[in-house]
Amino acid sequence: MSTKENPAPGYLDMELLRFTTAGSVDDGKSTLIGRLLYDSKAIFEDQMEQLEMASQRRGEEQINLALLTDGLRAEREQGITIDVAYRYFATPKRKFIIADTPGHVQYTRNMVTGASTANLAIILVDARHGVLEQTIRHSYIASLLGIPHILICVNKMDLVEYGEEVFEDIRSQFDPFKETLNIGDVRFIPISALKGDNVVDKSTNMSWYDGPTLLEMLETINIRSDADFVNRRFPVQYVIRPQREEYHDYRGYAGRVAGGVWKPGEKVAVLPGGFETTLEAIDTMTGEIEEAFPPQSVTFRLAHDIDISRGDMIVPVEQQPHIGQEFDLMVCWLSEKPMVLGGKYVIRHTTSELRGIIREVDYKVNINNLNENKEDKSVGLNEIAKIKIKTSKPIFYDSYEENHITGSIIIIDEGTNNTVGAGMII
Amino acid sequence: MSDYSITHLRELEAEAIYVIREVGAQFEKPTLLFSGGKDSIVMYHLARKAFWPQIVPFPCMHIDTGHNFEETLKFRDHLMESTGGRVIVRLVQDSIDAGKVVEETGVNASRNVLQTVTLLDAIEEFKFDAALGGGRRDEEKARAKERFFSHRDDFGQWDPKNQRPELWNIFNGKKHMGEHFRVFPLSNWTEMDVWQYIYLEDIDIPNLYYTHKREVFNRDGTWLAKAPFMQLKEDEFYEMRDVRCRTIGDISCTGLTLSTANTLEDIIQEVAAARSTERGGRYDDKRSEAAMEDRKKEGYF
Repeated sequence: MSTKENPAPGYLDMELLRFTTAGSVDDGKSTLIGRLLYDSKAIFEDQMEQLEMASQRRGEEQINLALLTDGLRAEREQGITIDVAYRYFATPKRKFIIADTPGHVQYTRNMVTGASTANLAIILVDARHGVLEQTIRHSYIASLLGIPHILICVNKMDLVEYGEEVFEDIRSQFDPFKETLNIGDVRFIPISALKGDNVVDKSTNMSWYDGPTLLEMLETINIRSDADFVNRRFPVQYVIRPQREEYHDYRGYAGRVAGGVWKPGEKVAVLPGGFETTLEAIDTMTGEIEEAFPPQSVTFRLAHDIDISRGDMIVPVEQQPHIGQEFDLMVCWLSEKPMVLGGKYVIRHTTSELRGIIREVDYKVNINNLNENKEDKSVGLNEIAKIKIKTSKPIFYDSYEENHITGSIIIIDEGTNNTVGAGMII
Repeated sequence: MSDYSITHLRELEAEAIYVIREVGAQFEKPTLLFSGGKDSIVMYHLARKAFWPQIVPFPCMHIDTGHNFEETLKFRDHLMESTGGRVIVRLVQDSIDAGKVVEETGVNASRNVLQTVTLLDAIEEFKFDAALGGGRRDEEKARAKERFFSHRDDFGQWDPKNQRPELWNIFNGKKHMGEHFRVFPLSNWTEMDVWQYIYLEDIDIPNLYYTHKREVFNRDGTWLAKAPFMQLKEDEFYEMRDVRCRTIGDISCTGLTLSTANTLEDIIQEVAAARSTERGGRYDDKRSEAAMEDRKKEGYF
């Protein structure tokens, strides 16, 4: 940590929390984000002016906080959010990145995208309507993508006279799904995004609720254990060969730690060859460091000069990942062109690229009621299925549940080069 | 470091380095767009870290509007010389002379939009297949939906409705002949993050960012600098003020801030207390509510 005198107290010590928000247009999701930005003073005067102008043009009396997050012109015109938008704000405790995703049925792919990097998901429920199909859908996607923390915000409490029984009823409606969904940490908060109750400031209308406000929760939830500190994994991203006089024989393996804590002196193996050597040093531009852990980007130097290239993986000798060419995964299909059973695709997994064939569709998930459909094997846009893939070369993987980095792949169409699928290895 | 936590600045740094290394690995001929502004200086610093002890394995490129603050060019040349970097310069003036673009006229004339043509021509000239840019999602609404790896068709254009989904940290840089990518390693940084990082890492920045005396004039609430090619409207006049830049771009549209900030600490406090975004001082964005979106579609930075 820096020993400098800090001009903006707390700022150099802040943690980063990434969260995603799901909910449909009518749940007041944009209003909630607008409220968080507004009450935490992340909205500037010129943005405020633009907002006032835009609200007036639409003939609205109050400032429409939802307009803040509707970025692209097409969205402003149609009044819907069509893509993932990222927003930023900070309090003295944390910096936040919001992946704001639309909640319509057809935009599952955006929600999956936003969820893939999140520590936490906020799911909005309209207090008047309770737990709906889409609440289950959003919760399922959050659990599928392995988001460790879920906050269910029961919104529009002002429209149900801030009634405690409404809130408790919704909480119990959700109970039966908790187990099916396999989510560790679910919390509920009664809020009104429009009026500001329990968002940043504690509500004076709901004395029966003695829990933290939404912002307090976002500031304090423990996210340190979210990364994989069990399985040590280091995918080689780039081989550094300076070819300069003073570093003539230097050879370093650059990458981002995907799991575990690494220290110089340890025995390591390099996959796929399996060659064993010692981790000699961990380099950065500012000097060697004593240990490296997720999500740091560093450079490994090894004791032996072996032939290592991008896509190889450095692992401990005694704790190796699975190595195989055929594996099962949950896939979310992201393209309008349906998945082709038996079709060939490009697969990207950590830093390696290889070819793969879709071998089997085991079942499709109906994400509205979580039923498995084993009859219908066609997988189209926004659908989620369990499939089997065979790759042209072995990959080194862990289950997605254990490690999000070594357990995830993307599927690319060979003709268009588009990213068409997102896979989580089982 | 016993609990293995990491501060948000170090996490953003690790993310940016990862993205820059991906560019080095996935593309044949990348370049780093260098404007001499703080964002591109930070990006270059991160690129040096990403490949150290190797020198950044691709050149920087500066699209020079000719309407520069002179200090910026000196700073650029010094930085490249002291770090062993390479910079290619392409001039908007050449595009004008070749008749490819027509210079805007009138008091609000700016070469900012014209840069796009020069940039796309240079990308084609050098067959660059990826251009690293210092754009941040917090700058402007249309940027909030930008990807780290942003695909451009063979006309260099951006289609906001047809962007590739970007999941986890797996970046898809596959493309057809003639297409290229813009890559934004600082996507998740805010203005405050950039300043704090400059402070944390002791990164040199041009003196323009610190308060200095300069002849300026006020146009619709924005302070602009005196320069040979600037035209005054009837009711405008030059006056000497203590100002500093929050962004450094084309002098014709870069608004200056009245300020007394002489040190990085002062600047950080000023940014923390600021009530308008840094792009709020960019005259080019004020042209319409969707100004940035339009320019980005055409291939702007």
